[in-house]
Amino acid sequence: MIQLRGIVKRFPGVIANNGIDLEIQRGEIHCLLGENGAGKTTLMRILYGLYQPDEGQILLNGVPTRIPSPKAALAHRIGMVHQLFRLVPTLSVEENIILGLDEGRGPFLNFRLTRKKIGKIAAEYGLQIDPQAKIWQLSVGQQQRVEIMKALYREADILIMDEPTSVLTPQEVDQLFATLRTLVDDGLTIIFITHKLDEVMQVSDKVTVLRQGKVVATVPTAETDKPSLAKLMVGREVVFRLEKPPCTRGERLLEVRDLHVLNDRGLPALRGVSFDLYEGEILGVAGVSGNGQQELSEVLTGLRQAARGKAVLESSDLAECSAREIADLGVAHVPTERVRMGTVPNMSIRENLILKTYRHRPFCRWSFLDQRAAHQNACRAMEEYTIMAPNDRTAAKLLSGGNIQRMVLARELCGKPRLVVAAHPTYGLDVGATEQIRQVLLGQRDAGAGILLISEDLDELLTLSDRILVLFGGLVMGIVDAEQADRETLGLMMAGAAREKVQA
Amino acid sequence: MRAPSFLQVERRATPSPRVVLGVSLLAILVALIAAGIFFQAYGVSPIRAYGDIIKGAFGSRLGLTETVRRAIPLLLCGVGLTIAFRALFWNIGAEGQLLIGATAATGVALFSGLPGPLLLPVMFLAGFAAGAFWGAIPAALKAKLGINDVITTLMMNYIAIYIVEWLIHGPWKGPTMRGFAYTDRFPAAAILPTIGITRIHWPTLVIGVVLAALAFVLVQRTRWGFEIRVVGENPHAARFSGISHFKITVLAMVVSGGLAGLAGVGEVAGIHHMLLGPTHVSMGYGYTAIIVAWLARRNPLAVIVTSLLFAIIMRGGDVIKVSLGLPFQLVNVFNGLILFFLIGSEILMRYRIRLAPRRT
Repeated sequence: MIQLRGIVKRFPGVIANNGIDLEIQRGEIHCLLGENGAGKTTLMRILYGLYQPDEGQILLNGVPTRIPSPKAALAHRIGMVHQLFRLVPTLSVEENIILGLDEGRGPFLNFRLTRKKIGKIAAEYGLQIDPQAKIWQLSVGQQQRVEIMKALYREADILIMDEPTSVLTPQEVDQLFATLRTLVDDGLTIIFITHKLDEVMQVSDKVTVLRQGKVVATVPTAETDKPSLAKLMVGREVVFRLEKPPCTRGERLLEVRDLHVLNDRGLPALRGVSFDLYEGEILGVAGVSGNGQQELSEVLTGLRQAARGKAVLESSDLAECSAREIADLGVAHVPTERVRMGTVPNMSIRENLILKTYRHRPFCRWSFLDQRAAHQNACRAMEEYTIMAPNDRTAAKLLSGGNIQRMVLARELCGKPRLVVAAHPTYGLDVGATEQIRQVLLGQRDAGAGILLISEDLDELLTLSDRILVLFGGLVMGIVDAEQADRETLGLMMAGAAREKVQA
Repeated sequence: MRAPSFLQVERRATPSPRVVLGVSLLAILVALIAAGIFFQAYGVSPIRAYGDIIKGAFGSRLGLTETVRRAIPLLLCGVGLTIAFRALFWNIGAEGQLLIGATAATGVALFSGLPGPLLLPVMFLAGFAAGAFWGAIPAALKAKLGINDVITTLMMNYIAIYIVEWLIHGPWKGPTMRGFAYTDRFPAAAILPTIGITRIHWPTLVIGVVLAALAFVLVQRTRWGFEIRVVGENPHAARFSGISHFKITVLAMVVSGGLAGLAGVGEVAGIHHMLLGPTHVSMGYGYTAIIVAWLARRNPLAVIVTSLLFAIIMRGGDVIKVSLGLPFQLVNVFNGLILFFLIGSEILMRYRIRLAPRRT
């Protein structure tokens, strides 16, 4: 049994944990639920010995314990699987597993023993991995299994999982949950950090909700439901069903015809895609990741060349324009990798907000940047999009995920874009931020913009879209009206069944 | 490695200017102490050595002017390097860019036949152009073909060195120089004025200070500076916002190489009045300037201060040799130590280390 008592952890300018009491029973899956920045990860890093609490204590089986390092945590049989894996890509699975351990005799490694032990754990918990495969060859889901294996190999019986599903496909999530069940049935304890309500309901026995560094409630999962958890987490009622006025479709905005695009490896990613997008509508693009969505968004925003075909916005063929020309045509892009592509982490919010418009008046006069105009622009954007930061000189890297996405949206949507290409706009965001960003996109639609919404979240597509296009293997499987679409039909189309066959 | 348990290591949000300054001074201090060990090993008390160096740099008019004249090429190269480093282009080639600038200026001075008043301005222009060209080649190679900038800029140094060697031993060897490997002396109109009898060629110094200020404005206030910073900080975001990686990299290196070229003009037109062996034209200014730019934290204005600091150290080399009888190369050891501790100290800017609160 683990007890955390009155844990306080301060960082410069913030109190990440403010007097947290938490009790975790042996053999349960205990979810830590909270918005980004609620203090979940900090708390678990304290338990894992990565941080020292400023106040409070940790009791393991009733004994006050100091955990000065992860090594000490492991000695107490506490293991952690981080959100970003800590594996060496060029080494093999078994090499990664014994990394840092004293295995074998003297300077020599003994892989025979290692392999035997890995085999035993694999068989016991149904964790299938080839011990000699190199990490870079493995899928993300498999890499996560290596991380779990690493903890089990070190004989952890308390496993902390930090947002383990954020990188997985739905199938991999199911597999992970099955694994976690087996582990718990075998007597392990699992602490599961997440901000996704569905996962809490699906996997946990008990859930503790954190908000702004404090525990709001601890409840058995069976005695609660999604809306009340969301309310606890956000601190107010959350609308799951958006108020969406019917779409008033305008003129045809974008005409895509027979578009062929190659992926990074030179293989066909889009193989003759055609569709129309109208003003004032949201066209959702559904598909399992890797079926051409990424390439579609890139070719429409000038980041990738088309091999063949055209994508005509008014009289300009986007397939032949540069990123800059396309931006100047009034095309906004909310990129998939919002931090890597969409921001310059070390630059200020003010500068990030003019990343696309810095060349134009009023931000640029005679090639000189006008700081006052940029400052005014930033103040306006921060207020309108509720970007929470001390001021506009704050570096973008200090913002939370939701704030970063709001900043990207504020930049991309200023100056009334005609076409918005939004890729996974709410991916990884908490409930509050998700709701706000969906509202913003709907607002753009109602103002007459055409929106191409690429998402892997079917609920999001069904909630927001007017029509849904399904991509599979670089081909359009069909376009369905969102009103009439159901998850099952979409699921079949995403798996490669063309629309006609589905309906037959 | 983990910190001992009585220390706490925490990430800092953004280092304040005070922290940056404090950490930089600390790095220099630690380097001074480490270099002191070498002095001690030679049987010279470090305190006396540093005292002599300071006296040598400031104690006499000669010392002071010799320090300033060394600061000039460091200033020009250093300012240029801050621009390249902002674009995350590792220009290790300021030495070669300086030499090629000196070569171009020599060509103009000796062989152009231009009328007197035009000579010096054209020499500066030619020096800038040659250095810029020398810098633009690795820039284009990196931006178009992804060829490693450290290696190309470094190798271009050797090409420049051997071009100079070849010229002074071959086609440009001065007939009036009695077999020495020098070019002829520059005509009077191609020689920079100095302050009194010192070797401070003030026009170059003025150009350097003005360009430091202009470079600061370029980086902080203009759209090109903005583009340079975006490319340097996050090339993906640069591509995303339609900034041409090629144009910006080449632009940054034209400025960087051009300024090093100007430094070369100053050395031949202000000090030597001829082209001579590469190690005499530049006493490693192009390499030392890397540390100058880095210590200035890539801020062109701060280079005015850091170039002076390293000029003192270089001048200290003379003192070490003359008054202490130690090898001049100790200066390089010292420079290396400063860079070593400077880079090592970066971690102190990102993390705060303090004593852990006592636990009961």
